Amino acid sequence: MTVHHFIILSAILFSIGAVGVLLRRNPLIMFMSIELMLNAVNLAFVGFSRFLQLVDGQVFVFLILTVAAAEVAVGLAIIVAIFRARDSVDVDEVSDLKG
Amino acid sequence: MEIIVFYLFAAIAVIAALGVVGLRNPVYAALCLAVVFVSFAGLYVLLSAPFIAVAQVMIYAGAILILFVFVIMLLSPPVDQGEGALKWQKPLALGFVGALAVQLVLVLALAVLPSARGSLTPEVIAQRGDVQVVGAALFSDYLLPFEMTSLLLLVAIVGVIVLAKKR
Repeated sequence: MTVHHFIILSAILFSIGAVGVLLRRNPLIMFMSIELMLNAVNLAFVGFSRFLQLVDGQVFVFLILTVAAAEVAVGLAIIVAIFRARDSVDVDEVSDLKG
Repeated sequence: MEIIVFYLFAAIAVIAALGVVGLRNPVYAALCLAVVFVSFAGLYVLLSAPFIAVAQVMIYAGAILILFVFVIMLLSPPVDQGEGALKWQKPLALGFVGALAVQLVLVLALAVLPSARGSLTPEVIAQRGDVQVVGAALFSDYLLPFEMTSLLLLVAIVGVIVLAKKR
């Protein structure tokens, strides 16, 4: 079991999350894919922390957890607000800001 | 033994992650996401980071996922049909992500990573306790970022209230 095992697993999961963000039309599932990508990065951090034998990676993960919680709260509130205004949660119908 | 556990959790995580991305119904996707989070907690235990594992279960599988399920139930969004507005979006996205995955895996597999720098072997962590090790770092070297997160949470609370209130 080396650090390579963990960072390659992390890379695979990050890519799966990226597929979700690019392909899905439902903002909730896109959001879940973003969480997946954040988790993949966390795994890489903890892997490096373990194999470099430093605690810093775990501290970063702790901070990322907080940021992720704040991000989900704000993001879901935005989705709820969009749903209230438009009765729909399809990202293709929320393209007013497109240049 | 450890490597078997690693591959077990890794396989569960990858399959459940594909479920999150592939399943049409957002409730099923949320359940798959719960499986991903719990298998990640298992991997963290394997990496001798029990505190992060517990935080993962409490914050991700507990708080964040509950919030997701709550919003899914509140909105009851229609099942995703998967038909985008752009016809060429799917091949383009798969192409880009395929290139990204190949790059990431190749670079990370070929990279020569530095060997151990610190002194926190799993034995030391087991002896001192992961919570104490992380807590000592958090309240000394990382005190400013830690305090900044409290500000961030305050901003998030205010922002959510502003967004969610009826106008």
